[in-house]
Amino acid sequence: MSQFTQGLEKVLQGDYLDIIIRGIKMTLELAALSWVLAMVIALSLVVIRLTNNKVAVALVAAYVSYHRNIPTLVQLMLWYFGISSLFPFELQMWLVDQNAEFIFAAVALGLCQAAYFSEDIRSGMRAISSGQTEASRALGFGYLRSMYYIILPQGIRNSLPSLINHTVLLFKNTSLAMAIGVVELTYATREVENYTFLTFQSYLVATLVYLFFSLLLMFAGALFAKKLNKVYAR
Amino acid sequence: MFANVIDILSQYWELFLIGQYPHGPLGGLVNTLILASLALIIAFPLSVLLAIARTSPFGIFRHPVTVWVYVMRGIPLIMIIFWTYFLVPSLIGRNIGGFTTMLCTLVLYQSAYLCEIVRGGLQSLPAGQVEASRALGLGYFRTMFFILLPQALYNSIPSLISQFISIIKETSLGYIINAQEMTFAANQVNNQLLVKPFEVYFILAVTYYILCFGLTQLAQWFERRIEKKRQGSDLLAT
Repeated sequence: MSQFTQGLEKVLQGDYLDIIIRGIKMTLELAALSWVLAMVIALSLVVIRLTNNKVAVALVAAYVSYHRNIPTLVQLMLWYFGISSLFPFELQMWLVDQNAEFIFAAVALGLCQAAYFSEDIRSGMRAISSGQTEASRALGFGYLRSMYYIILPQGIRNSLPSLINHTVLLFKNTSLAMAIGVVELTYATREVENYTFLTFQSYLVATLVYLFFSLLLMFAGALFAKKLNKVYAR
Repeated sequence: MFANVIDILSQYWELFLIGQYPHGPLGGLVNTLILASLALIIAFPLSVLLAIARTSPFGIFRHPVTVWVYVMRGIPLIMIIFWTYFLVPSLIGRNIGGFTTMLCTLVLYQSAYLCEIVRGGLQSLPAGQVEASRALGLGYFRTMFFILLPQALYNSIPSLISQFISIIKETSLGYIINAQEMTFAANQVNNQLLVKPFEVYFILAVTYYILCFGLTQLAQWFERRIEKKRQGSDLLAT
């Protein structure tokens, strides 16, 4: 047991701790950036789908179906190894200077998760009865105001549980970025393990960090949903 | 570009489909499917037991399973792969290959997700089902196995199929620990060709797409069928 704690202390000290902390930072940055990207794209997809233009709706459906039926790891590899090779040479060189792994990981994860988010929001909006729109329009709200004050708050409340689940999924999926060489928490943990041979201790630290942030997200989400329910339960 | 895709396919289709078999280990698409199916077949009975424990009135069964489910849902699959990769050999005393590691990992990981699906199926049944069967004199276990589980499992077929799709997608992570499957095969092809990465990964993505899209359609077909059946029985009840 004391051997175990000594190992743990070694992993949590000096250079090794630095590597792990840098990994955590990278994981959080990657998660935050791709979350924002995913949300922006998802909201645009929802709005495009609301236009009821046949071609646009079909395109959105194709986008969603493509991203949900291909493994996230394959999407990452397709972006990093495949699509990047089609870029003009100058752009490729420029990207290499700008930390290409990180950029491609954020883009691939963001685009992929956008498909899930847009479906969550859409099914949340669909659950609102059309009487809500009609009533708010009859009361004199314009399209934007009825959207903003009546429909969206209810839609977001409906879709919150699955949005949170998929946010946790996005956070966990950042670990896939190690396959294309992003030095995030999983990659950093492997490095520490390679230096120290303290396999058990290094993975334990990483697992606890992942678990902490995932549970934090789930807990915060549940709290937020409760609060929203209270505000709108009238 | 399409000429290139067809070139690669005609030259390497065997590697994509079955790996190096019969000159080496079985791999490729066939192994992806075997891995995913085995994972589902082993994880499913396990998850039913977990779901029964998770809905049990006794805390001593309920709490450990709840913790298990939250832990499995809270850590990335790659982490569980690495844990299995070094824990299982040290537990059983001999080395295991990439395929077995991946299979163990998927069973552990999916047992938690499938457990939640079965639990959802159990909890969405009307309370009258339990009450009626208990009133008819069936005990807890007989109620569970003859009344609740058959209905709950039938209703969760669509979710089970979409979970099978998830498993197929998760097998791609086997590539990281050199398990023989389709993503690994695609990387072998890419390493031999070197100059056509886009075409190789495009083929890989399209193959996964066709496979998973087909299964999605199957899940939707089941969903419609179950919906119809439910409506029918509601009409009879009123």
